[in-house]
Amino acid sequence: MSLDYETLKLVWWLFIGLLLIGFAIMDGFDMGVGTLLPFVGRTDEERRVLLNAIGPTWEGNQVWFVTAGGALFAAWPLVYATAFSGLYFALLLVLFALFLRPVGFDYRSKLPDPRWRSAWDWGLFIGGAVPAVLFGVAFGNLLQGVPFHFDADLRSYYTGSFWGLLNPFALLAGIVSLSMLVMHGAVYLQMRTEAAIAERCKKAIAIFAGIFLISFAAAGLWTAFGIDGYSITSIGALDADPNPLRKTVEQSTGAWLHNYALFAWLWLIPTLVFVMTLLVVLLSRIGRPGIAFIGSSVAVACVILTAGFSMYPFLLPSSSVPSNSLTIWDSSSSFTTLKIMFWATLFFLPIVIAYTSWVYRVLRGKITVQEIRDNQHTAY
Amino acid sequence: MISEEVVDLSRLQFAITALYHFLFVPLTLGLSFILAIMESVYVMTGKQIYKDMTRFWGKLFGINFALGVTTGLTLEFQFGTNWAYYSHYVGDVFGVPLAIEGLAAFFLESTLIGLFFFGWDRISRVQHLAVTWLLALGVNLSALMILIANGWMQNPVGAEFNFETMRMEVSSFADVVFNPAGQVKFVHTVAGGYCTGAMFVLSISAYYLLKRRDQAFAVRSFTVAAGFGLAAALSVIVLGDESGYTDGKVQKLKVAAIEAEWETEEPPAAFTVIGFPDQEKMETRYALRIPWVLGLIAPRSVDEPIIGLKDFLVQNEQRIRNGMIAYALLQKLRNGEDDAETRARFKAYQKNLGYGLLLKKYTPNVIDATEEQITMAARDTIPNVAPLFWTFRVMVACGFIMLFVFAASFYVCSTGTVMKHRWLLRLALYCLPLPWIASEMGWIVAEYGRQPWSIAEILPTFMSASSRSAGELYLSLAGFIGFYTLLLVIELFLMLKYARLGPSSLHSGRYYHEKIGGAA
Repeated sequence: MSLDYETLKLVWWLFIGLLLIGFAIMDGFDMGVGTLLPFVGRTDEERRVLLNAIGPTWEGNQVWFVTAGGALFAAWPLVYATAFSGLYFALLLVLFALFLRPVGFDYRSKLPDPRWRSAWDWGLFIGGAVPAVLFGVAFGNLLQGVPFHFDADLRSYYTGSFWGLLNPFALLAGIVSLSMLVMHGAVYLQMRTEAAIAERCKKAIAIFAGIFLISFAAAGLWTAFGIDGYSITSIGALDADPNPLRKTVEQSTGAWLHNYALFAWLWLIPTLVFVMTLLVVLLSRIGRPGIAFIGSSVAVACVILTAGFSMYPFLLPSSSVPSNSLTIWDSSSSFTTLKIMFWATLFFLPIVIAYTSWVYRVLRGKITVQEIRDNQHTAY
Repeated sequence: MISEEVVDLSRLQFAITALYHFLFVPLTLGLSFILAIMESVYVMTGKQIYKDMTRFWGKLFGINFALGVTTGLTLEFQFGTNWAYYSHYVGDVFGVPLAIEGLAAFFLESTLIGLFFFGWDRISRVQHLAVTWLLALGVNLSALMILIANGWMQNPVGAEFNFETMRMEVSSFADVVFNPAGQVKFVHTVAGGYCTGAMFVLSISAYYLLKRRDQAFAVRSFTVAAGFGLAAALSVIVLGDESGYTDGKVQKLKVAAIEAEWETEEPPAAFTVIGFPDQEKMETRYALRIPWVLGLIAPRSVDEPIIGLKDFLVQNEQRIRNGMIAYALLQKLRNGEDDAETRARFKAYQKNLGYGLLLKKYTPNVIDATEEQITMAARDTIPNVAPLFWTFRVMVACGFIMLFVFAASFYVCSTGTVMKHRWLLRLALYCLPLPWIASEMGWIVAEYGRQPWSIAEILPTFMSASSRSAGELYLSLAGFIGFYTLLLVIELFLMLKYARLGPSSLHSGRYYHEKIGGAA
């Protein structure tokens, strides 16, 4: 397989998917812990245990989000431009919620006033829960398509409203992602804490794993029988200069299952979501959260892959003018840019993973209430 | 076309979010190196006080870093949310340094910052020192990638227009990375950051010395800051001059606007120290001018002229006419009349395409522009002179005052007479805001001076904005201003509290407030 333009377009679909999965696994448990913070932590000291379980590492995890944004800009400029300008207030809402995290972690325990601390705890809850829901809502809308079109100069116009994004299917997808990440976060917490807090995590894992599997199954059935998928009916050469105005697309119910019909082995992926999640519940119950965390990470990855393979090769379908939909073939950067970014990613990402692993190894171990007391002026 | 109101609001939102971000970034840049220097002394000498210094200034670093990250998040996504056409038109080039910044730099600094705060007892001294240096390296590498991206907006080299995809595409990535505009901007900006870090430590240390608290701690901090600051202030001025020289070659119009050079002068040009530029009449009233100086700064030559704004106006009008031809050819190519001759003609004219696009503000078809519209578009190519003229001079004045403060501080440190010069300590304290004023002014000079372009001579700003409505922009703008201001107030409150508390906030039992049993 040589690195021609067509191959690179496909490779970049895998790379962006990889970055999204990295983000969902790494920042996902931080968002889950943020959501659990006011509930699993009953006292100030308990909450500080939760915060310090993720405090020293959450910042690096968030960079998966920033890097995915940057990579989207470089690899698929049209997707970056159209999606973010179209979903304007949804993205701003995510950002505003995320703003609360850097300051929340660093400022919360710098003053002793309980009202101050409680306010930041709720801020961190918002910083975890709101993006967790909205990322799911975004996926829900991608699957249905969003109303946009281009003019001849390739300027994009979004013709929907913010409230239109909060439709029933998208909200269901929001529940999928929230319950998935809360489960994932609870598994991480069980691994890093002990006694009462770890016990509460076990309960949370069982509850949210249940909600997650039910909503995931419901969303799957809805995708298969309820909403219109998209398929390309004609397109020019796949290695041509990208121009999203030169293809035809049709919408039909069940079209999102075409890839699964073509390649039956793909069914393995959604199946793994169920198997892994049930394993997570079991492993958490018998007190093996370390292995359970691997299981929940696989489940998270497989949820994203399930949606990704169902939509392939679509990235951002247009519900108002389907032929203007963005696909991996007609919204990428130039051959040169994809090549530069390919080598840059291949070079830097392993280094990132290496030093991140080292940092996690250095900071491993359980966080205890006693440890918080001993370091009350330096801990988060 | 999008309304002018939407464009103005989008610009205002970008300016405000970028200026807020730039309140925190320079301090992060400078303080990270100061922390690395302090910790290096600790590791080499083994003296506890240097570890305390690293930890205390590190606490303040953390308070500042949090808001740097918060405000930085917006900027990674704002090109998409508010500048969608820009993102499409230049994402192929501009997105690359941004993505590499995330991969190569932001990951490094964000992953290691946790270890900087929480790794003291978990890794060896040398390992921790390495973490601190890598943190500083990551922070500065971030600045490098961002300024390569920004430098490309000022001087778009290494890219070609592709009519099939209707956008700019990378032709030579090496040219983009080694763009002289990006390189000088990088060194000038980070040196400005080092000044900020140094002035921050110098001022707060001067405050402790004036209060006669924690003197051993404060004198050492003051000394590190004075040395680092002196080197930084000298670099920022020398490298600022270097950027004047580079701008003099690649951004001649901007230099002419900053200097309010309306006419082309016989070389070497005089430098207008002060005066009142009048945009309408194209003249500067009450100008105080020093002969020769501008010629020496910008072209560094006594016989190369600085072209005046009036002559640029004439040149640009011609480029707009050529741009109309380029635009007509582009329409032909996009409509499928893709023959060799049209391609060749387009190639010959395409460097003027951006000038043609300036007409879109007045007539969407471009090719049917009237003489009056061409004149108006040409007039648009001259940025607003007065704000540039003044912000530039305020920035330079701040730079020279800081140079004096650092030099005097360095002198009293090396003669061991810090405590005998209370006037200098007071001056150092009052100079605290200067680096921030200089940084913000510098941003305005660089970016306001780029107008009417978002990508110099390629894409006009008014075309770059997303197709959103004014009402939506008012709402998001109000959201940003309100939220950022709230966070800034909280940050300043904590910063003041911890700066006042000083090293006592480490709770080591060795410092002022704990010894006298005061509040801690």
